[in-house]
Amino acid sequence: MKIMPDEKGHFGIFGGRYAAETLMPALIELEAAYAKAKKDKSFQKEFACYQRDYAGRVTPLYYAARMTKALGGAKIYLKREDLNHTGSHKINNTLGQALLAKRMGKKKVIAETGAGQHGVATATVAALFGMECKIFMGEEDIRRQAPNVFRMKILGAEVIPVASGTATLKDAMNEAMRYWVSLVRDTFYMIGTTAGPHPYPEMVRDFQSAIGRETKKQIRKAAGRNPDVLVACVGGGSNAMGLFYPFRNEKNITMFGVEAAGHGLNTKEHSASINGGRIGVLHGNKTYLLQDKHGQVRDAYSIAAGLDYPGVGPEHAYFHTIKKVNYVTVTDKEAIEAFSFLSLQEGIIPALESAHALAYAMKIAPKMARNKIIVVCLSGRGDKDAQTLIEAKLL
Amino acid sequence: MSRIKEKFNSLREKMEKALIVYLTAGDPSLRITKELIFALEKAGADILEIGVPFSDPTADGPVIQAAAQRSLKNGTTLRGVLQMVEEVRQLSQIPIVLFGYFNPIFAYGTEQFAAAAKNAGVDGVLVVDLPYEEAPELRVYTDKAGIDFISLIAPTSGTERTRRIAADATGFLYYISITGITGTAAPQISEIKTAVDKIRKITGLPIAVGFGISKPQQAREIGQFADGVVIGSAVVKLIDENKNNPDLLKVVSGYVGGIKQALR
Repeated sequence: MKIMPDEKGHFGIFGGRYAAETLMPALIELEAAYAKAKKDKSFQKEFACYQRDYAGRVTPLYYAARMTKALGGAKIYLKREDLNHTGSHKINNTLGQALLAKRMGKKKVIAETGAGQHGVATATVAALFGMECKIFMGEEDIRRQAPNVFRMKILGAEVIPVASGTATLKDAMNEAMRYWVSLVRDTFYMIGTTAGPHPYPEMVRDFQSAIGRETKKQIRKAAGRNPDVLVACVGGGSNAMGLFYPFRNEKNITMFGVEAAGHGLNTKEHSASINGGRIGVLHGNKTYLLQDKHGQVRDAYSIAAGLDYPGVGPEHAYFHTIKKVNYVTVTDKEAIEAFSFLSLQEGIIPALESAHALAYAMKIAPKMARNKIIVVCLSGRGDKDAQTLIEAKLL
Repeated sequence: MSRIKEKFNSLREKMEKALIVYLTAGDPSLRITKELIFALEKAGADILEIGVPFSDPTADGPVIQAAAQRSLKNGTTLRGVLQMVEEVRQLSQIPIVLFGYFNPIFAYGTEQFAAAAKNAGVDGVLVVDLPYEEAPELRVYTDKAGIDFISLIAPTSGTERTRRIAADATGFLYYISITGITGTAAPQISEIKTAVDKIRKITGLPIAVGFGISKPQQAREIGQFADGVVIGSAVVKLIDENKNNPDLLKVVSGYVGGIKQALR
């Protein structure tokens, strides 16, 4: 496979840098700083050090024996990103970006957040490195993810409510970009997923790819071979890209990216950009988007706030077109069932986002032979979702 | 010669500076946008920027964001905006620049858009999120159709980048007077002058200045060294405040006329 992205940040026809002129010099500066850091052994060493001693990596690859037995098919292993400091894979990326911001001499960071996991991970590293931190969050998400809002505040971040649009992740990102345009000279924008203008999709992918690199080593040690199937949920797609990317050149592995089908793909209430959208341009990159026929971006919906985004990372769009990864969907209902199933079978409460990946694994595992291996990325823990489930009258 | 070039030439002969007025198409309705265009031409607007509403206007401040939302609620589409421009063109030769974001154009089809815009009588396009690096995707069609590609230069652009942008620009250059979004801060005149003087050494194209200009005094000061000023949020706000006022056209014309007076 060719090295992606190309020098202008394109993954095939996707990606790129569709940004306002005011931001372009900052993006070019960031690209240069990241290219330098990527090659710099001392940066990589420092990053690895924080990942190990602060975030708690390596995360375990756990064989879910009871779940496997209950499903009666392929062996299921869980990559335990929920055990990272702050409770999800998001810390991998924010540690990387914070170290880069520090190198670039930027002392103020901003970020958008949906479920609040990226916001918490950003607030955490801001505290760790003594940076001033502002988190943009939709009012609707602030309401349904209250525990994460408190965590951000405890960590010293200012949470800025966003009321425009549907008051969710997309609008938080719009507002963060507007703020960044105004204060671009001294502010570092930490995008939380493998989307946005170049170099974000590449950079976030690289910072997250410890997930796949570790999995590869761990499964070879545990089972003596590669897995047959990888499954991860896809909103913007950072945990999925982190898992998939190191396996991209391996043969005989089937990868599934699970999009949120919300109330169903046949309704307008879902977040399945690849399965239910068309190619377009939003937030600095060309990718699959939920939009109407006039190019107006539609509101996404999922019970999992972290999947509630109308776009998807451009490299996923590319992997879809070259059929490297199969993008499938799981509804709210199926995700909730998986949430409860894992909690009861394994004593692990998964994030509703990760429950989408689990639900898909639960669909395919029984149809597979017992000697087959599925690795599911358990991207985050589910404590934050209690409120959502109470409101949905499920608790 | 393009209508935009012709306009700047004739203003230069009259020793006047261009007043470029931004309107969000379809706010409060496309019919009223059309009436406003005719009224503002009479009031002294030299070039019109017609904003095509987009659901996620990341470069716009609250005033134009709200106008875009109202317009979309009214059902405004790019197709409808082009239709309105075609109707305007039957009665007026005022240069018209479509101002907006790339996705509605991409959804329309870049090649089809260029043909339809040319056919409607559009003179230029300004696509906020289509910087120099990504512009060829659209310009391959709009250049061929003879539609000017209005390029933005920001306070952050730097000399080398400005040089590259200017070398490929057509129509006029649009200097963004603040590091920020539309209509949110008052520009610092002396800083803008330094920047415009620098750009002037690089290009022979007319230079217009916009983002945050709302008062005749600001227009007068910027008109001393730039070739034109753009007013947007202030007009959009005035339209919204007077949308139920029978004297809407009169009120907005009065305001625009006042700014133009400062540029003569």
